[in-house]
This record gives sequence, structure tokens and C-alpha cells, in this order.
Amino acid sequence: MSTLTPRQRLSRLDVKASPYLYIAPFFILFALVGLFPLLYTFVVSLYDWHLLKGQGDFVGLGNFTAVLQDRFFWNSLFNTFSIFLLSAIPQLLAAVIIAAVLDANIRGKTFWRMAVLLPYVVTPVAVSIIFSNLFGDDYGLVNNLLQNFGLDPVAWHRETFASHFAIATMVNWRWTGYNALILLAAMQAVPRELHESAAIDGAGAVRRFVSITIPSIRPTMIFVIITATIGGLQIFAEPRLFDPATAGGVGGSHRQFQTTVLYLWEMAFFRQNFGEAAAIAWLLFIIIIVIGLINFMLTRRIATGDSAKSRRALPWVRRRHEQVEQTVTTPGTIAEDVKL
Amino acid sequence: MSIRTAPERTTDAAAATPPAGAGPRDTGAPQAPRRRRGGGVGINRRPGWFVYAILLVVLLGSAYPFWWSFVIGSRNNQALGSAWPPLIPGGNFWSNAAKVFDAIPFWQALANSLIVSSVITVSVVSFATLAGYAFAKLRFKGRNGLMVAVIATMAIPTQLGIIPLFILMRQWGWTGELGAVIVPTLVTAFGVFFMRQYLVDVIPDELIEAARVDGANMIRTFFHVGLPAARPAMAILGLFTFMTAWTDYLWPMLVLPNNPTLQVALGQLQSGYYVDFSIVLTGAILSTLPLLILFLIAGKQLISGIMQGAVKG
Repeated sequence: MSTLTPRQRLSRLDVKASPYLYIAPFFILFALVGLFPLLYTFVVSLYDWHLLKGQGDFVGLGNFTAVLQDRFFWNSLFNTFSIFLLSAIPQLLAAVIIAAVLDANIRGKTFWRMAVLLPYVVTPVAVSIIFSNLFGDDYGLVNNLLQNFGLDPVAWHRETFASHFAIATMVNWRWTGYNALILLAAMQAVPRELHESAAIDGAGAVRRFVSITIPSIRPTMIFVIITATIGGLQIFAEPRLFDPATAGGVGGSHRQFQTTVLYLWEMAFFRQNFGEAAAIAWLLFIIIIVIGLINFMLTRRIATGDSAKSRRALPWVRRRHEQVEQTVTTPGTIAEDVKL
Repeated sequence: MSIRTAPERTTDAAAATPPAGAGPRDTGAPQAPRRRRGGGVGINRRPGWFVYAILLVVLLGSAYPFWWSFVIGSRNNQALGSAWPPLIPGGNFWSNAAKVFDAIPFWQALANSLIVSSVITVSVVSFATLAGYAFAKLRFKGRNGLMVAVIATMAIPTQLGIIPLFILMRQWGWTGELGAVIVPTLVTAFGVFFMRQYLVDVIPDELIEAARVDGANMIRTFFHVGLPAARPAMAILGLFTFMTAWTDYLWPMLVLPNNPTLQVALGQLQSGYYVDFSIVLTGAILSTLPLLILFLIAGKQLISGIMQGAVKG
């Protein structure tokens, strides 16, 4: 070290310190505005804490037991999962079909892709407004059409299942095209050789789709399900604005479509009970993390199993598969990627 | 997708080997031999009419709710009641738009949304590019561990931290200030991850070494090698960040009730006591226009961003 000139020493410091300086803003800001609030939520959940009066007595896990005994909390969880299932499953099916159609050798690719993605640019608030009118109980377009065909109108806002269906439709409308494009990317990365050799062997398009395309895009499908889960469990704008005039917009007169985040909001800002609201936030956080972990382990198994199999069978497509994993980043491959 | 017949299979087998340039005669496919679907015949044919039929149904499903809102928004409340929905716009759009401007501070909200989304975008993209570059191309102790930390934080629903954030913002007297919406989203873990994934492949290590040998210090190397290479990914990340910030509703609604962003103002329009639906729908259309314009300009980048795995930034 003693032989270094001051200039060289400075340069060495530059090399050593610079990387940390470059990543520091992210970590510092994230710790302050992302991590700290989440941890502090737990602190708030241990106190009686009023919106206006502020911090009160320490109550331990009292807020958690109160929430867990609250039937409205369970109601909100039921609604959240019901809406989530009504959106995730049809959405995935529709997205796979749309992706397959886009993957065909069609004319005007960009036009059709944009057509599919169009609903994504309509904000959730605008989507809620449009669909709450489409699904109006008295004068909505859907009920008008049903009556034109001699069917009974549906109480889209008053009935539990009907309201879940309407809200799931909003989510589906906005996200199906988006997910179709993710699946399309996965489909296009399927090695062409596989399709060619299968075609030579006489496999038709449908057969090739079922036996080649679907297995190849399975990791991406699971990835789509995971992101849909994380988003789906935090639905707020749609139920909030589905019927804002009734009961202050807390999710219907009987809370028939009150989701958990909507309940969190009601608890915090209507009932002004920050302590219990924080407990709800923390419980929902745990649920999301647990489901995320289950998904993650599932994905890893399937993703690694799949690529191992295809590598053994078709060594010459290996490079293509690696590209797939890099372009369509599935959580299962993220960890592998970092270890590189 | 079409059903294949036996005679074609023979052409298939024959066409599987010929060199590039021998475009299939019977398909009407363009002569694009090197393109992905340009090599063989069977998996390459122009699809049948029903593929376009499905696409047409999807197009109608995508566009119709939007068109319907515009038609109702250009008429009046009675149009909602008609048994068959009207298909042609009426003449009331501008008068309804004027009523929207009366009911909510539309221009103020538009300006707020633009400011908030722009500042967040610049901040997220800058910090993500810097950190992503370091993770992708610089060697330092603890790099892998810290990158795993970034990935782990991607799964954390930070939206659930609203209660302490609200307490903080009120203590600082920030409720009603745009800063209250900007500060919590100055960085995203996804942004760092996205930039890292992009830069790791796109910059050759030799280029960085060459710049260093030429005497450039670290930050100079970043500006002259890293930044130019990162530009396409920065554009995509920026697009997604902007859209995410623009569509955000829950948090702005809590801290900006009297100085709203566009989404908050629109929510207030929907929550009013005397609701005229044609006016509310006009508001929905008006508030969507900025993103629609963005979509028409940058739709291609948006599509390629999604297809590269840019996920719900």
C-alpha cells in the first residue's frame, strides 16, 4: 500500500465504495418508506390506537383476537377469495386461448396485440365506474339485454354471488389481455424444433398445443397465477366504487362484496380504530406471504422439473430454454439466476 | 390451429429441410424465411377465419365497454334505460364535459396526477438504473445476498403499510401535499430487479474494463457505458412506473382528499349524492384520455415490456 500514490489510493477507494453508493439510495429509501411502515404496522397493532386521539394503552395481541373473532373480517376474507377465484380461473383460461390465437401466424400482429391490451390503460377507478353502470340493477346494459331475451334481471349489486361476479368481471376485463401477452411471450419461446418434429410425425395443431405448448408454458402460467394472487388479495378500488352511494361505499348494504382491504379502510377511517386496522393489515400481509411461499415452492419444483426434463431430451434446445428463463422471469428461476 | 390433412404432411416433410428463401407456395405467407414462423409449412400457415373470429370477439370485448361509456356520456341519463343500447354518440359530450369540470377540479387534478406520476417515474428509473447497474456489472462484497434481499422485497405488499404512513404524514403536516403521495413510492424493488436483468446481458464486461483502462472513474464509466446501454429498459420501466403511479387510488384517496389526483377526483364524482351517470361516464372517458394517448404513442413499447416480463411494476 505504501507504494501507491495518493491518486491511485483514491482510485482504489472509488472502485471499492462506488457500488455501495449506487445501491444505497434504493436500500435507504426502501427501508424508510417500504419496510419501516410495514414493521411499524405491527407496533400500532399492539396498542389501542384511535385515528384522532392517537396512541392509547398497550393491549398486546388484543386487537388480533378481536379481529379474529370479528365475523366481518371472515366475511371480507370470504368475499376476497370468492372474487379472486371468480377472476383468476376464467382469466387464465381466456388468456391461454387468446395467447394461442395471437401465437398463430396472423396478419396485423401489432394491431391485435394492442387491441388485446387496450383495457389495461383504463384505470381501475374508470373500470369500476363503467362496469358498475353496465351491471346496474335497474337500468344497466346487462339487465336490459337479459330482459330483451326474456330472462329475469339479476340484482348485481344486492346479491352476494352476482356482485362477486360483476367485480370479478372488472378485474378480468382489465387484466386478461395483459396476462395473455405474458403467456404469448412464453409460447413464442417454445423451441420451434419441437413443433416441427411433432408436425412431421403427424401431430395436428390442437395436439401440438396440448402436448407441447401447454407443458412448456406451465411455469409462466404459475407465475401469472402468483401475480394475480398478490394483486387479487388487495382489491380495493373496484368494490369501493361499485356501489359508493350505499352505506358509504364499504362494500354493499350487507357487506356482500366487502373485500379485506376495503374492511381495513372502513376500520381505520370510518370506525377510526387504527389498532384493529393495523391487525387486519398484518394478518392480510401474513396470508399473502404464506400463499406467495406456497406458490414459490410449487413453481420451483415445476420449473426445475420441466427444464431438467427438456434438457435431457433435447440437448440442442438448451440454449433456447435458458433464454426463456431470462426473458420470462418466473420466480422459480429468479433464485437460480442470482446464483450465477 | 387449423386441421391438417395428409397431402400437406408430405409438403411439410419436404419443406422442413430446404434452405432459407424457399417460401411455401400454397400458404400466402410473406417471404420472410428467417423469421420465427418462416421456416416450415405446417406450423407456419396463415390461420383460418375462426382465428380472426376469436380475435374480433376479443377486440369487441376490449373496446365495447369503452365505446358504450362514450356513447352514454355523449347523451343523457335516459340513454341508460333504453332496452337496446344506442350505438351512435349523441351531441351532449361537451356539455357533459363542462359539467364534469364544474363538479370536480378536473384540471387541478390532471396537473397533480402529471406532477406526481412524473416525479415518481424519474426517481424510480434513476435509482433503479444506478442500483441495477451496480448489481449487474460491478463486483462487491455481499452482492448476491443484497440482490436476494431486493427480490424478497418484491413480494412484500407495501400497500399494507398505509396506517403508519398516514400517522407519519399527519405528524409532518403533509396531508394535502403532493409529497405525501410521491415519497412512499420513490423506489421499487421491481425496478432494480428489472434493470439488473436487462443490464447483465447487454453490457459486455470488456467495455467497462476498456473505459476504466482509459482512465474513467467509476461514475464516469456509468454515465458513458452503463447509461447509454440502459436506455431502452429505462424507457419501458418508466412507462410502467408512470402508469402504476397514475392508476393508484387507495393511498392518494387517503392523503389528498381536498387536493386530489385524477383518480381520486373521479372517485369523488362517482360517490356524489346526485349521480348523473352520463356525466360520471364522461368523467371516466376524460380521465382515461391521457393514458389512451400514451398507449397510442408507446403501445408497442408497452407490449414488448410486458412480453419481456415487466410485471406489475
